[in-house]
Amino acid sequence: MDFAFTEEQNRFREEVRDFLEGEIEQGLWKPSCDAWIQGYNPEFTKRVAQKRWIGLTWPKEYGGQERSFVDRFILTEEMLRYGAPAACHWFADRQIGGSILKYGSEEQKREFLPKIIRGEMYVGLGMSETEAGSDLASLRTMAVEDGNDYIINGQKTWTSGAWFMNHIYLLARTDTTVPKHRGISEFIIPIDTPGISRIPMIDVTGTEAWNDIFFDNVRVPKKYMIGEKNRGFYHVMEQLAYERSGFERLMGNYALFEALLKFVNETKRNGKALSQDTVIRHKLAQLQVEFEVGRLLMYKVALVMDEGQAPTVEAAMSKAYATAFEQRLANTAMEILGPYGLLWAGSKYAPFEGMAAHSYLGSKGYSLQAGTTEIMKNIVATRGLGLPTS
Amino acid sequence: MNLTLSEEQEILKKAARDFLEEKCHKSFVKQMEQDEKGYSPEMWEEMANLGWIGLAFPEKYGGSGMTFLDLCVLLEEMGRACLPAPFFSTVVLGALPILNAGREEQREQYLPMIASGKATFSLALMEPEFEYGPKAIAVEATPDGDAYVINGSKLFVPYANVADYLLCVTRTSKREEGITIFIVDAKSPGVNYTVLKTMAHDKLCEVLFDHVPAAKGNILGQLNQGWNEVQKTVERAGVAKCCELVGNFQWVLEDTIAYAKERKQFDRPIGSFQVIQHYCADMATYVEGARLSAYQAAWMLSEGLPCTKEIAVAKSWINEVSPLIFNLAHQIHGAMGLTMEHDLHFYTTRAKPVEFGYDGDNYYREVIAKEMGLA
Repeated sequence: MDFAFTEEQNRFREEVRDFLEGEIEQGLWKPSCDAWIQGYNPEFTKRVAQKRWIGLTWPKEYGGQERSFVDRFILTEEMLRYGAPAACHWFADRQIGGSILKYGSEEQKREFLPKIIRGEMYVGLGMSETEAGSDLASLRTMAVEDGNDYIINGQKTWTSGAWFMNHIYLLARTDTTVPKHRGISEFIIPIDTPGISRIPMIDVTGTEAWNDIFFDNVRVPKKYMIGEKNRGFYHVMEQLAYERSGFERLMGNYALFEALLKFVNETKRNGKALSQDTVIRHKLAQLQVEFEVGRLLMYKVALVMDEGQAPTVEAAMSKAYATAFEQRLANTAMEILGPYGLLWAGSKYAPFEGMAAHSYLGSKGYSLQAGTTEIMKNIVATRGLGLPTS
Repeated sequence: MNLTLSEEQEILKKAARDFLEEKCHKSFVKQMEQDEKGYSPEMWEEMANLGWIGLAFPEKYGGSGMTFLDLCVLLEEMGRACLPAPFFSTVVLGALPILNAGREEQREQYLPMIASGKATFSLALMEPEFEYGPKAIAVEATPDGDAYVINGSKLFVPYANVADYLLCVTRTSKREEGITIFIVDAKSPGVNYTVLKTMAHDKLCEVLFDHVPAAKGNILGQLNQGWNEVQKTVERAGVAKCCELVGNFQWVLEDTIAYAKERKQFDRPIGSFQVIQHYCADMATYVEGARLSAYQAAWMLSEGLPCTKEIAVAKSWINEVSPLIFNLAHQIHGAMGLTMEHDLHFYTTRAKPVEFGYDGDNYYREVIAKEMGLA
């Protein structure tokens, strides 16, 4: 047993912090909540790529660093601590690259991985459909073989930041004659392929958070199918374990936590700092305990990945737990701020640029995206604890 | 980073599990609840022969030279078995303070005796009007010629009924921190105990000290500077108790899952209902958090690293989730879980981690608040 990081890992964390603090000092961006999923900043992604921090765990022959997932979690933990705008490369780095590595052809690895690593390939996720949410396998978007191509027709939804993405990962049905889980395949498609159109969706915070994506007779060369035909659902179940597993599930609104701690130390009511109020102190201490436990759950996930396993159960457990923490954090911020918490970014008197209101509303989505809390607990119960499904 | 047990620890864990599954049936636990001593001296001797009591003592004191972390692995198994024995009190509350703060001759005198199972210890710390901190210690040790005389009442002293020696935390100066720990022969005239009735029938005692003589040579550590070791003991004990409770929780989780798989209503196992599945998933998450936070603190203590925050995290988390785990376990077991026929009650009654009663949640939240930089 060893709960410590290596010297090298500690130095790496320092290096990441120095880089991010330097960026903030230069005024290149400001820390914000949800920056990992809503902060689209191609220049930032380029600079991260220059540090060789995209594809950190991938083999050197494709341009990766062959470092551990614990190292990657150190990197992402710090990105999230500073609320860095890493959304352009986040999905490709977190899950798509790994999926290509595991199931893609040699040609696909050589084409896509170096592009992702250079910070040039941004991949949006085309999984959910209006009638296929938690029941993802019931998706209806069709891919029909036509010579050397597939012709794709259908509609995807909840694709984060599709306006900024230059590729889309797509799950589509390639066989309608077999049970629904066994007729799905995966594709990676340049988003400027003719026939793809997008309509933005505005979320409750006013952010253009998602897009509906329409496929109208989109012709895709077969070489863009990832892995074996009709095995896509099994591949994506594994990919989802990677999607669910990281520090973004614990620290999506960490910028709010930091701002709140500073606020209670600096704000006086009735002549004393808010931080000296026992109730406020204990609410924040309670959150800190929950955060520390979440952090242990996250590093456990990384260690499972480092053993070469998909962290299916561990990721599900940590996501259900950590997103609930983030929601409690947002709620505690609202309680402490009182009516000031209602103020939106740009309003007179808004504390820390309306972060509390944004987070209070935005965090409602945390327990939905990438697998609902209900699905996460189903996975823990059935896959982890062996409870029967009927 | 590596969160798994070493091969040696796995062997220890398995040996402990095998021994306790064979010797510590629930019928034995039940019998010991009614027993005057509350433990089996024969089993105590066997545990000494297995090297468990001196597990974490250096070999020169008759120990096995293993670590505090190894001891925690053993305690987890004892928690899983609800082992009735003065093990925690003797080892964690008695021997480790002597090992840590005792003079060489005290270590040589007591530790081999403890390791071989010939002497049991306990800690007399709390008092009837107790708020954790040195200023609340009112039991006085007053100078009497070349020695001291102890007077006053101590509460919640585990297994004082069978202890051969007590570490008694006394006031020796009006100064707030003027605290001294004495090693007191529990058979001295003037030491009287009463076993309190507790929900786990686990031999928590009141101990009255009535003009009990204590030689200067029996001071543990320095005169008037005992609080430092009390604090260290409380931290060590807190972590050790967390690991013991991880064993308790683990049994409850496994038992509850087994019950949910087997119990049928509406012609299907109740564990196939999503609500029950989610209860179980929540329990598993609470237990995983308990395990990770407890062993993080145990590892850090064992490595001699500063870990005030990590101890507070483990203690706060476990205080918080213990009742949640048991509410769910009992909900899933239905009324059967509340009967004396079912084993769950052994765990429910032992899982309230209030061993030093110091306003636990508030105390640890305050530690965390300071650690996180709240002014």
